[in-house]
Amino acid sequence: MLEIRKLHARAGGNEILKGVDLAVGTGEVHAIMGPNGSGKSTLAGVLAGRGDYEVTEGSVTYQGLDLLGLDPEERAREGLFLAFQYPVEIPGVNNAYFLKAALNALRKHRGEPELDTMDFMALVRDRMKVLDIDPSLLNRPVNEGFSGGEKKRNEIFQMAVLEPKLAILDETDSGLDIDALKIVAHGVNSLRRPDRSIIVVTHYQRLLNYIVPDFVHVLSDGRIVRSGGKELALELEERGYGWIEDGEPVGGRA
Amino acid sequence: MTSNASAAASSVSHFEASYAAAAVQRASEPAWLRGVRARAASAFSRLGFPTTRDEDWRFTNIVPIAEGRFVPAEGGEAAAAEDCDRYLLPGLQGPVIVLVDGRFAPALSRLDGMPAGVEAGTLLEGDRAHRLQRHLTAHAPFDQRSFTSLNTALFPDAAIVEIAPGTIVEEPIQLLFLSSGREGTASFPRALVLAGEASQVRLVESYGSVGDGRAFTNAVTELVAGPGAVVELYRLQRESARAYHIGLTQIQVGRSANVSSHNAALGGLIARHDAVVVLADEGAESALNGVYLADGQALVDNHTEVDHAMPHGTSHELYKGILGGRARAVFNGRIRVRPDAQKTDAKQTNKTLLLSNEAQINTKPQLEIFANDVKCTHGATVGQISSDALFYLRARGIGLAEARRMLVRAFAGEVIGRMKLEPVRDLLDRLIAERLPDGAEEESLA
Repeated sequence: MLEIRKLHARAGGNEILKGVDLAVGTGEVHAIMGPNGSGKSTLAGVLAGRGDYEVTEGSVTYQGLDLLGLDPEERAREGLFLAFQYPVEIPGVNNAYFLKAALNALRKHRGEPELDTMDFMALVRDRMKVLDIDPSLLNRPVNEGFSGGEKKRNEIFQMAVLEPKLAILDETDSGLDIDALKIVAHGVNSLRRPDRSIIVVTHYQRLLNYIVPDFVHVLSDGRIVRSGGKELALELEERGYGWIEDGEPVGGRA
Repeated sequence: MTSNASAAASSVSHFEASYAAAAVQRASEPAWLRGVRARAASAFSRLGFPTTRDEDWRFTNIVPIAEGRFVPAEGGEAAAAEDCDRYLLPGLQGPVIVLVDGRFAPALSRLDGMPAGVEAGTLLEGDRAHRLQRHLTAHAPFDQRSFTSLNTALFPDAAIVEIAPGTIVEEPIQLLFLSSGREGTASFPRALVLAGEASQVRLVESYGSVGDGRAFTNAVTELVAGPGAVVELYRLQRESARAYHIGLTQIQVGRSANVSSHNAALGGLIARHDAVVVLADEGAESALNGVYLADGQALVDNHTEVDHAMPHGTSHELYKGILGGRARAVFNGRIRVRPDAQKTDAKQTNKTLLLSNEAQINTKPQLEIFANDVKCTHGATVGQISSDALFYLRARGIGLAEARRMLVRAFAGEVIGRMKLEPVRDLLDRLIAERLPDGAEEESLA
């Protein structure tokens, strides 16, 4: 599905990613953990095509495509989805209108007929139930005035509608209370499929109690320094990131 | 500078000659109107064309108009029904008055089946000229404003709408001012709207071009809203990209009357519009909304002035602009609160979206407050399309051009949404989506 090789990237003149290697197979769920500033969000941003980063070295192959050569919209149309850490408020753009435009852009790319409003609304209602989304949210401007939890749920709701092949969840748990976290995790789990891969980027192990990963990687100072199974997350929870960074346990979460 | 001054002087005398040549037409007009025109002509001779040394024209250089040697258009068969269809709002069944180069075009107008209580037609018909002395030319100050004096001296006819007291007009009334767009011609559209006490009416004034020659339109509309009247006036300026357009909308708002003035400036190489609202009596209320769109080398200037003369007046104003290419825009919003106008509630906002690095806006609020118990706020923002929002849309599969279009429409949507007449909202939304100023397709705006 995805193969990242020796990926180096800069932001604002600083090298953030310093040689990331990662392979994600079809249907696998990978967690990328790491302390603040380790490059987690940069990695997510580079994969989605955010313009703030400059890739200086390395390659990313996604379903046989040179991912870094594609525009953000082309990546999305090829089935890549980024759930934003900070979903953007877009005043004046109606949530339903936006999502319909996005879905139809994807369908058009796949050679499928565009959905009309009726079919689209039927699909959307179905997906809203899973995420406990208030239907009124559809008629509000994208993310405007949404609570933190609503924004994150809206991201997963979009994922449910757009049905990506590879979803990258960038700190989808941050700022969520335990109830909201459970709803989001339940939504994500309902979207797990043998043909869908998911990368969960998170600072805390807590989310991984609910979205159980197949693999856990630790990103530190722009490199993946450790990989393992789900038990690695528990170890991190117990010992903090310090032991990985410094070689000795400090227990703090920075 | 000397050469400019003498050139301007020669173009003033050029229009003085036009005034002299129109003496034959004036011979049939009532004495009061001839007297007004003579005063307006002499005011124009005295005032001349404004220059960038005048504070009100500091950023708007109208030398191409002053030195353009424009000749008043003869009118005649310059427009056909198809030309009207381009500019009339679809689906409206109400009266339509069409003036071509400021002259009445009866064959293109729709004045049959006039609703009860509505009088609509033109100045030269019947005895209107004799009974309109109290209002026609009485509100737009032709002794102070150069272009208003020029229009007042030279307008060949005028669209007149009178709404009887208490009349509620269901269908909007359309006034269409077409410019023939013939090279080097000038036209002087004029309109007067009188909304009687407690009447309600919606009017759509559209300005369009038949041809796309270098033509000059100098328009003046006076609107008088009687006590308790509720009036929506939409002004849609859609002249050709080579047109020069100078317009004044002068609005008098009576006791507890409510006037919304919606102004879209979408056409012209130089387009200047002044919206002047006088809240002349207690409890008068006004809304001023504007949307302007310019690209290429165009210059669009909106000057607004709200004069709170009496207590308990309300004025809410929002102007939003979208600029691409090397376009320039000017917004000047004056709010005057006179000593008697206690409990005034005035709010003014101007927001401009720049789609290219070369586009420019000069925006200036001008608050002159002489009363002490008032609420007056103003704000101006200038920005570019948010790169975060653009990325968010693209990351969902929406292409760059479509994403930009969505964001620009959303920006304009805030002000278009305040316009109650649905065909106007639909038209503006469509025109803005279709005609995103150049620069909108550029990759980077940062």
